[in-house]
Amino acid sequence: MLNFIDTVGEAVASIKDGSTVMIGGFGNAGQPFELIDALLDCGAKDLTVVNNNAGQGDQGLALLIKEGRVRKMICSFPRQSDSWHFDAKYHAGEIELELVPQGNLAERIRAAGAGIGGFFTPTSYGTTLAEGKESRFLDGKWQVFETPIHADVALIKALKADGKGNLVYRKTARNFGPIMAAAAKHTIVQVSEIVPTGSLDPENVVTPGIYVNSVVRVSGSSAEKVA
Amino acid sequence: MSTQTSIQTSEKPLGRDELAQLVARDIAPGSFVNLGIGQPTLVSNYLTEEQNITLHTENGMLGMGPEAEGDEIDEDLINAGKIPVTELPGAAYFHHADSFAIMRGGHLDICVLGAFQVSANGDLANWHTGAPGAIPAVGGAMDLATGAKDVFVMMTLLTREGVSKLVEQCTYPVTGVGCVTRVYTDKAVFLTGPDGVTVRETFGCTFEEIQELVPLPLKAKAE
Repeated sequence: MLNFIDTVGEAVASIKDGSTVMIGGFGNAGQPFELIDALLDCGAKDLTVVNNNAGQGDQGLALLIKEGRVRKMICSFPRQSDSWHFDAKYHAGEIELELVPQGNLAERIRAAGAGIGGFFTPTSYGTTLAEGKESRFLDGKWQVFETPIHADVALIKALKADGKGNLVYRKTARNFGPIMAAAAKHTIVQVSEIVPTGSLDPENVVTPGIYVNSVVRVSGSSAEKVA
Repeated sequence: MSTQTSIQTSEKPLGRDELAQLVARDIAPGSFVNLGIGQPTLVSNYLTEEQNITLHTENGMLGMGPEAEGDEIDEDLINAGKIPVTELPGAAYFHHADSFAIMRGGHLDICVLGAFQVSANGDLANWHTGAPGAIPAVGGAMDLATGAKDVFVMMTLLTREGVSKLVEQCTYPVTGVGCVTRVYTDKAVFLTGPDGVTVRETFGCTFEEIQELVPLPLKAKAE
């Protein structure tokens, strides 16, 4: 069921304590800042968050972490020069970290959306990140078993949605959007523009509307926004 | 004896830019290449139009152009180091799972990475020092090490303390096993593989001097 929602607050209102929330974006590109701010305001806590990073500076995901709403991070690259809120929680033992190589993170999210129960990948074989995981020699190389990452909710950003919830993205802001949209039970998308059904070329739709549950327009949320 | 010292091709050790220039020259025309964050990024400065190289950035793009400047800066167009970049004619965007499928699926010809250590059989250590209390962060390092057909490493041969980073076995946590095919350093270029380590050329020193610095048996490349 697809809903067009007026405000980001209403869009995230149903997110419950203890949810697993995927958040799109790589760097500032594709980060749904307004939806993250709304999630902070709505007060949901004890969250497991899936994102490539663990928050930067004093905005978005970093504030969710600072406020103690995030119980666990599943990400590939938590440590950055400005990830001080995550760093503090991690050193205080107040946040759990599941570190996943970036491509494994992406493929585990994709697998969830595609109904795959797990897969073998050569990435991380022989490293500490493969410890405790099943390895097999397949197709000429050692490979490590990885499981899908499902989510209750995905918060993503796209450029445009049409009346069917079909999405197009902008440049490298696409990143995790399409796979997170498919992996979550409930996908909430913030877009810069809602366009009439029929105005997107079907050949160019990136995320078909079947994966989208809620669309909210956020003005100036894409190229115009300066971090 | 003289054949061994003849692989010296420069009177002095190479600087960072000279090394980047050498790596760029060694990339075959028409290659699809991923340049890691840091020193490897310098390689792009020396790729020529005639080489027709397509650059991949793992956040989801082929056909990446130079770093963006001034009005070109667009926060939706960044590289894996989160630096604003430009797109070249013929560029393509794709999502993260597709981008890593390009890598894991063996479609990239060359990946150039930095390293803490490389072992005799091509193990790479470049993601984590393993220091107690350090927050581990891996990003795409393991995917890059595993996926490309050739993995080139760029690093100084010695640590600040003068210890060789080319080692019998990595003491830092490894990023990938047996993945490195070439190591470009300020003092020499090494070819790594199942048959051991071969020195292709040396800079500012002889093969024998390199052998003194590196604690594993080396072979000089036959002309």
